[in-house]
Amino acid sequence: MSQIPTKAKRGRRAARGFFEKTLGHLTETLEHTLFAEEIARQDGMLQSLDPRAKLLGALALLIAISLSHSLLVIAALYILTLPLAAASRVPMGYYIKRVWVFMPFFTGIIALPALFSPFTPGEPLLTLIDLTSPRVYLAITVPGVVTAAFLLLRVGSSVSVAVLLMLTTRWVTLLKALRTLRLPQAFVLILGITYRYIYVLLHAANNMFIARRSRVMRRMSGAENRRWLAASIGTLFTKSYALSDDVYLAMQSRGFRGDSHVMGNLEWRRADWLWLTGSLVIATAALWVGR
Amino acid sequence: MKIDTEKSTVIFEAERVSFAYNNHQVALQDASLTVRAGERLAILGTNGCGKSTLLKILDGLYFPTSGTLRAFGEPMTEEVLLDGARAYAFRRRVGLVFQDPDVQLFSPTVWDEVTFAPLHLGLPHPEVIERAEWAMSLLDIQKLRDRVPHRLSGGEKKKVALASVLSLRPEVWLLDEPTASLDPRSQSRLLDFIWELEREGNTVITATNDLAILEEVADRVIIFSEDHQIVGEGSPQEVLSNYELLAKCNLIHEHRHKHGEIEHEHPHAHRYTHEHKHEK
Repeated sequence: MSQIPTKAKRGRRAARGFFEKTLGHLTETLEHTLFAEEIARQDGMLQSLDPRAKLLGALALLIAISLSHSLLVIAALYILTLPLAAASRVPMGYYIKRVWVFMPFFTGIIALPALFSPFTPGEPLLTLIDLTSPRVYLAITVPGVVTAAFLLLRVGSSVSVAVLLMLTTRWVTLLKALRTLRLPQAFVLILGITYRYIYVLLHAANNMFIARRSRVMRRMSGAENRRWLAASIGTLFTKSYALSDDVYLAMQSRGFRGDSHVMGNLEWRRADWLWLTGSLVIATAALWVGR
Repeated sequence: MKIDTEKSTVIFEAERVSFAYNNHQVALQDASLTVRAGERLAILGTNGCGKSTLLKILDGLYFPTSGTLRAFGEPMTEEVLLDGARAYAFRRRVGLVFQDPDVQLFSPTVWDEVTFAPLHLGLPHPEVIERAEWAMSLLDIQKLRDRVPHRLSGGEKKKVALASVLSLRPEVWLLDEPTASLDPRSQSRLLDFIWELEREGNTVITATNDLAILEEVADRVIIFSEDHQIVGEGSPQEVLSNYELLAKCNLIHEHRHKHGEIEHEHPHAHRYTHEHKHEK
């Protein structure tokens, strides 16, 4: 099984600040998942499909998740992705945790106000404050909980489908699929370049933190840290700009003219048709049941 | 195969070529040079003197802000390289190995990296595979095929960078600081590789500030001053014995050291060995 979910073994390091730690973990995760393409190169069910079939199938499921008016249907669509992940050798704990552990920090914050009566009035589920004079009333309402649940479940399920597609498809073939599906070349090119530069940028940022740590003798104050961070963002931008320029030149030097080529022609097989038909049937059924 | 470079065809002909980044930061000034097929040329100079810029101009990645450049008898302009057929023809003949392999290695795997050039230059897939296999076996990197380039060691990265150009089978090689940050063993293997390229009749242009490799990579050397101009030319032996010129270009320095009880000072180049006499 893949080694992706395990944390990289390392020796003791000097204490690192919040930004440095976050950046370090982000780099580690991206390196293991996106750049190494370790899962995408394994012999699994989704890996064996044509990227165009996968892309269209995922798109159909995303539309069904976004437009369905039933929590149960959305939950069912999410649960459907679990056996798919297992059959594609995506480590289950990793797949579930990656989406749902971080969900409260991002979508949860957005969904939070919707729980309360001032934003979503209705039948109270839990009354928090109820004063008659002055009149102050705050409660978590039933419609509020339903609205928040819809948001969380829709985002969580959509992200899961997208993560599954990304983890099981090699980036170059995904770009090729996007091109053959008539997406504008400029759009695909920007995607491709962005993917390459994220890595360069993250490493440059990590190295800046390490270089700084090697020259700092005392604990820095919050204001000093913020000043340094602001200056570093500017430096990093300049550095990454110069580097990206060089990477582009290196690509041009070896024949790149804006179009991405990849070995092996994409080929529709029976399994791809079956997958696409299955996805479309499930998405249509989900939309009809959850209308 | 030894080629009489005096009689061979002209590959590059630069006449008073200047280049400035953002139209004001001068990187190259009035550089004129002719490179013939089969020649081994070194461009010598300190960091920032314009060597890399010149290589990028020769590779059609930058275009002179003034002056003219002809490659294979044709003017090298932006318009020429916008024409797909002419651009492909040029790129198939000229390969540039960048100084920093991290810049050059942008594909997800070593295999993708080595197949990138022949694939993007429109070669049929069976030929792409054949060329990539050949390049990888020549550099002995078959075992790295499915590895992620950015996780390789410095020496391995350099080999992959070379293989990624080798699969093109260019007749002109532009090498930017090829031995930079390589361990001694990788350096000597790389020098063997460059020697092999030359033996097969390729044109090899090497930009370097490493005096130790000069005799091994070049038959002719042009020297850049720190103000981005060509200030000298000659055989490696002539250049290496011209201390005044090397000192002027900041390539050697006065060095004080001790030999037993004797302490003295003399011009010093960082070559592997050097000989000098002691005056008592």
